[in-house]
Amino acid sequence: MIELKNVCSGYGGRTILQDISVSFPQRSVTVLLGSNGCGKSTLLKTALGLVPASSGAILYDGQEIRHMSLRAIAQKAAYLSQARNIPNITAGRMVLHGRFPYLSYPRHYSRADREIVRQALERTGSLDLGDRQMSELSGGQRQKIYISMALAQQAQTIFMDEPTTYLDVRHQLDTMRIAREVAQAGAAVVLVLHDLSLALRFGDQIAVLDQGRLAQLGTPEEVFASGVLDRVFDVRVCRMETEDGWHYYCQT
Amino acid sequence: MKRLQTSCIRGNNRRVLALLSGLLVLTTVLSLCLGAERIAVGQALGDLLTGRATAAARILRYARFPRVCAGLLAGAALAASGTIIQGVLANSLAAPSTIGVNAGAGFSVALFCAAAPGALAAVPLAALAGAFGGAMLVLTIARRTSASKISLVLAGVAVSGIFSAGIDAVITFVPESLNGYSDFRIGGLSNVTFAQLRPAAILIALALLAAWSLHNELDLLMMGTEQAQSLGLSARKMQIVFLALAAILAGSAVSFAGLIGFVGLMVPHIMRQLVGETSGILLVSSALGGAVLLCGCDLLARVLFVPFELPVGIVMALVGGPFFIWLLKKRGKCGND
Repeated sequence: MIELKNVCSGYGGRTILQDISVSFPQRSVTVLLGSNGCGKSTLLKTALGLVPASSGAILYDGQEIRHMSLRAIAQKAAYLSQARNIPNITAGRMVLHGRFPYLSYPRHYSRADREIVRQALERTGSLDLGDRQMSELSGGQRQKIYISMALAQQAQTIFMDEPTTYLDVRHQLDTMRIAREVAQAGAAVVLVLHDLSLALRFGDQIAVLDQGRLAQLGTPEEVFASGVLDRVFDVRVCRMETEDGWHYYCQT
Repeated sequence: MKRLQTSCIRGNNRRVLALLSGLLVLTTVLSLCLGAERIAVGQALGDLLTGRATAAARILRYARFPRVCAGLLAGAALAASGTIIQGVLANSLAAPSTIGVNAGAGFSVALFCAAAPGALAAVPLAALAGAFGGAMLVLTIARRTSASKISLVLAGVAVSGIFSAGIDAVITFVPESLNGYSDFRIGGLSNVTFAQLRPAAILIALALLAAWSLHNELDLLMMGTEQAQSLGLSARKMQIVFLALAAILAGSAVSFAGLIGFVGLMVPHIMRQLVGETSGILLVSSALGGAVLLCGCDLLARVLFVPFELPVGIVMALVGGPFFIWLLKKRGKCGND
């Protein structure tokens, strides 16, 4: 499990995250919420070691991240960044690069690696996309390929930065369904989302950030009841009970 | 069970490689045969091997062989260098000639030839030091300013301009510094000798092998530095390794062929259309395509206005420019960006 203890971090001497303590338990979906610029993406990058923490500790199964190699980190945590370049390679090859952390120079992907890729594509329902060029795929299909790459990485924790942005509602729900299935299979899934209703509906644990600080950490029920979302987003979060459970919506 | 196309060389790509290999053989043979003096290569080779000093054998040994080798090597090196630079900077407008790598090498060669005119064997080293300096300067600008793609190319144009002014300054103060490289500024292969080629050829071969062995790393860098690092690659270090390889390739080519533009920009684009962006196949096909294009243009440069000949850089621009514009237009029609 990945834990952050009293972590501060930022860019170029400017502190963005202050005194963050949070852990991302296995078999659960943790959603980071907060207004633009509050430090959600920075929190993901700090947890992955992409942005160095200026103080505090980041522990991977009890081991300090600063004592771990990039390969060791990559074997434990996968990351789907928000802004990405999309190389025009086949989707199958893209997913194959999820096996990169397990190979040494000169890297040759094995038959076993290719079988893991096939399984990863199957789990996201993208097996038929494997031979297509990335440039030929829609935004939703590309997202599934990126998730397949993270699955092929076989990391115990998967961080996704705004995985539903720019997707139509069908693909948003598909992405959230896959995130839940991955969590149920044993992984810790950590998502940055802007959609409060998706977050509260699909998340097991919600972390609300406000101006670089952790304003609230708890179950969707606890976070909703606390009223912190109303305060942070300056909206009124409401809910209604349906056959599928609670559905949340916002009013201004 | 469905078999996925995860190899970096797909079925269609094999056909492209076969076609390029065929063109390479054809261009090489034609380049050896044709020129101001037509020679029968088989006969001339026989003369060479049996030690008969016929005119054809001498032409083959002292003019055509070095020139064809120079064209193949410089074309392959510049095109592979362009492929690497475009991948590392995730910028399709980047190339050795557009971001100051070639100009850096040229400036360094001019400076070196002015300071030590007799040290021919060390010219490639001077060239690649200058090329590496140019590449690192642009990488530093990219990192410090988080420059947009177009800003990066503009910064490269500025860096190229500074180095070009440096070359002019050296020639102004020491006019004989580039005497041995008459076609240096526009690029040419007419006076190349094996003595110039040998050290550059070794460097190019080693750099091409090293780049090929790192093609998966180049794929990762094309995803962006953060995504690459999250897959366990030390992206910033690897960027420097790749730019060093690109500098070795471009610098070595510049050391004997001068400032040949276009090939490093154009060939990776053409090959991307044909084989996609998977780095392994793109590197190989770019190297082959660059060799064919430069050698073919040099052949045209020699035979178009016999007995006069043009520097290959001029033919390259005249052939490559319109073709490149046609390619961009075709891409626009297909709706690609």
